[in-house]
Amino acid sequence: MSKLAIAISDVHHAETELHDELIAVGERHKADHDVFHLTRTLAQFAQANVAALAPHGERYGADLDPEAADGSSSLMGGLREKTSELLGRRPEVGLLLLRDMRKLYLVACEASIDWVILGQGAQGARDQDLLSVVSSCHPQTLRTVRWTTTKLKESSPQSLNG
Amino acid sequence: MNDGRIADPWGARTPYGAGQAWPARVDEQLADDVPPEDVQGWVQSASLLHSNGDAMDIAVKDGRIVGVRGREVDRVNRGRLGPKDLFAWQANASPDRLTTPLVRVDGELVASDWDAAMQAIVDRSSSLLAEKGPGALGFYTTGQLFLEEYYTLATIAKAGIGTAHTDGNTRLCTATAGEALKETFGCDGQPGSYTDIDHADVIALYGHNMAETQPVLWMRILDRLAGPDPPKLVCVDPRLTPVARHADVHLALRNGTNVALLNALIAQIIADDQVDHAYVQAHTVGYDELVEQTREYTPEKAGEICGLAPALIVEAAQLLGGAQRLVSTVLQGVYQSHQATAAAVQVNNINLIRGALGRPGASVLQFNGQPTAQNTRETGADGDLPAFRNWANDAHIADLARVWNVEPTQIPHYAPPTHVMQQLRYIEEGSIAFWWVSGTNPAVSLPELHRIRSILSQERLFLVVQDIFPTETTQLADVVLPAATWGEKTGCFTNVDRTVHLSDKAIDPPGQARADLDIFLDYARRMDFRDKDGAPLVQWTDAESAFEAWKGCSRGRPCDYTGLTHARLRGTSGIQWPCNEEHPDGTERLYADGAFWSDPDYCEDYGKDLVTGAPVEPIEYRALNPHAKAVIKAAQYTPPSEQPDEKRPYLLTTGRTIYHFHTRTKTARTPQLQAAAPEVWVELSAPDAARLSVGEGDMLEVASSRGAIRARARISGIREGVVFVPFHYGYWDTGSDSDGDHERAANELTITQWDPASKQPLFKTAAVSVTKVADADGMPSPAPRNTASAPVEELAR
Repeated sequence: MSKLAIAISDVHHAETELHDELIAVGERHKADHDVFHLTRTLAQFAQANVAALAPHGERYGADLDPEAADGSSSLMGGLREKTSELLGRRPEVGLLLLRDMRKLYLVACEASIDWVILGQGAQGARDQDLLSVVSSCHPQTLRTVRWTTTKLKESSPQSLNG
Repeated sequence: MNDGRIADPWGARTPYGAGQAWPARVDEQLADDVPPEDVQGWVQSASLLHSNGDAMDIAVKDGRIVGVRGREVDRVNRGRLGPKDLFAWQANASPDRLTTPLVRVDGELVASDWDAAMQAIVDRSSSLLAEKGPGALGFYTTGQLFLEEYYTLATIAKAGIGTAHTDGNTRLCTATAGEALKETFGCDGQPGSYTDIDHADVIALYGHNMAETQPVLWMRILDRLAGPDPPKLVCVDPRLTPVARHADVHLALRNGTNVALLNALIAQIIADDQVDHAYVQAHTVGYDELVEQTREYTPEKAGEICGLAPALIVEAAQLLGGAQRLVSTVLQGVYQSHQATAAAVQVNNINLIRGALGRPGASVLQFNGQPTAQNTRETGADGDLPAFRNWANDAHIADLARVWNVEPTQIPHYAPPTHVMQQLRYIEEGSIAFWWVSGTNPAVSLPELHRIRSILSQERLFLVVQDIFPTETTQLADVVLPAATWGEKTGCFTNVDRTVHLSDKAIDPPGQARADLDIFLDYARRMDFRDKDGAPLVQWTDAESAFEAWKGCSRGRPCDYTGLTHARLRGTSGIQWPCNEEHPDGTERLYADGAFWSDPDYCEDYGKDLVTGAPVEPIEYRALNPHAKAVIKAAQYTPPSEQPDEKRPYLLTTGRTIYHFHTRTKTARTPQLQAAAPEVWVELSAPDAARLSVGEGDMLEVASSRGAIRARARISGIREGVVFVPFHYGYWDTGSDSDGDHERAANELTITQWDPASKQPLFKTAAVSVTKVADADGMPSPAPRNTASAPVEELAR
């Protein structure tokens, strides 16, 4: 496997993890409709990113599953959603949200910096096709970074006081 | 009473041609027992039952309101009134007005007095502030108070309490209008003027049934259509509205697909090279991205998504692209639908790429739903900062702190303000424990009502409701405050096209009811809010001194009121802001010569990501738009999250009829209006009716995954696959209390979801099933026959 293939695999892995984490957080906070709907929207972007990368992995000798980040719910999903509905009225749920959004932010940041590394690698290799994938996909990951930041900024004053 | 204008809502035509002045026509309605010579006085006001701002005088006899007359002198209506204006004044004298403060004792609301009721509110506010801090208190107001009242409320909430949790029910009607203007122009503020109708050669109405929502402005269009060189109309609406029936092109799209259609219209205008490149080059940023993002939206692709013939999309684009003077108007079909802000912004983009802005007949009118919604936005009662200050700009916070003479840290600005749906989430989880609702009825108007009822019924929530009638929401309150309304208090309000009107007090309010302003002032006094020098925070004492304080706050900002006084507004036409030394007679249209308020140091907002709502960072905005241009923002279409399926195959849309306002608190107490639309109905298309074996008047059950309602069928000209239910009908007049049956309100069905940028809830896309439960058995459908709900067989005639 070439070195670029490793960088592609890293992004593929990070975006798959981001997708799964988005779905899981959405399920854990189903009673928070904003979190539920937006995590699903953003998970679709991660899913599309994973699919877009796979053929390029193949070109460099990495066997990547284009459907690694598939589906809109997880095995534990129903249980998490039920738990969310039951816990949705407890004040501690605000602290849980902070913890989950923080984790989501970090996962998104990891994916984002992996895109930066891959973009630099693609420039070095003068691979225009790969570079155009990076420039169309990376903004979607940054979207998640920004949204989680915003959500944390909005929620912290409410969850940490009172 | 002569109810001719119920059957003929728009009245007689007064045709006029392009560029001419709209002729006057004075409409008047008096009580049967009051001949004109018996009217003892006429008191100046404007309509509080829609956003058009129709100026009127209130007829008074022996201390009661006995009728109304349109003000001929006024620029907005030139004397005309709509059916709600003409009749709904009767509701003021309704015997079931709230006249005494009520306090909940042992689970029951019992009559109390002002002292005890206000003390209960003050006690709970103070203890929560001490124990949990300002984040435990939230305020939810309306689009129907007056400017002076909103400014007082905003001052109390932000500088007195210091909470970020303030919003208005304007979130449901006009939040997307404000957000779309901020995204495109860096600042709220209506670009156009109603007088643009006088000049337009093409008028495009997007999701805007103007005939029923602003009937007097529709009369203006009807008069142009009846005159020489009439304008062409483009209508985007899944229903066969009166607007659609007059349109040259009617795009009856599948609801929820506005962005796909608008992108296709833009792509076609670009493909036809009908772009004003000089304007785009000189006055905008972001055009290249728009070209890139819309390229794939061919008429065929959009036609597939929207369920429209591609040729029709091309025809519409050619009308828009060929217009010399294009007026675009937008309302709830966009604002309350999927991708609301993204779609409303694309309408702005059409006018920008056509260079159709800031000159007669070339404008955008992003409409409001409610009469004083503009003031909710200006004063910051909707959560924004007063006078369009930017919460992310420290210099603006410092300036506002100077106006209020408080420390900047007292004003919450660490994150965007908390919109109503998020406030409800905080109430649900228990971190907001005090909620003060004024002039609105969330137990009927918010989405997914069983959830709303369950949140507002929580024991741990202290709910204050200030209103003029008992409502579904007052039933859940811990304290109910009886308020005065239109005609019973003085104040100003501003309509869609920035026209400021004065509404004078004509009669005394009933019983112990008080002006909302007096209630807020009383609260501020009892809470003893102080500025940083120990002086009272709120120093004004009545509507006129509140207006003067507001002028100081607005000085130098886009919505500059410094050239206005109550006295100046009395006796003349309304005046459009900004009105100041530079513009002593007001300002007809904004952005003449492509000069915008979008400078990074001056703008109200740096914009948001339209997909997630995450704010654009100041430094990014500065790089994107350093020279105060308009921002062209592109957006991709995404499908709505809830799609029809086998179990729920129909798309629901909700909306209003010309005869009612909101939850009918006033209009159902007006005999002529109530008789015109007495009961909820459901509209469906003839093919769907045939498929379901449904006839006119049959009783249907409409069900979503959240709830079900029952309503009689009207077979109308609505798009196949779509059903419409009016949102006006709740439970206060059904005899069922808050524990009773809930099978009437459209919002039992709607989804808890909102536009990420404007936070406006989605009322126009939900998947529902439709089932016949009983034959009509001779019962007619209660739907009006002369509006968008006209029966299809009548349309065929």
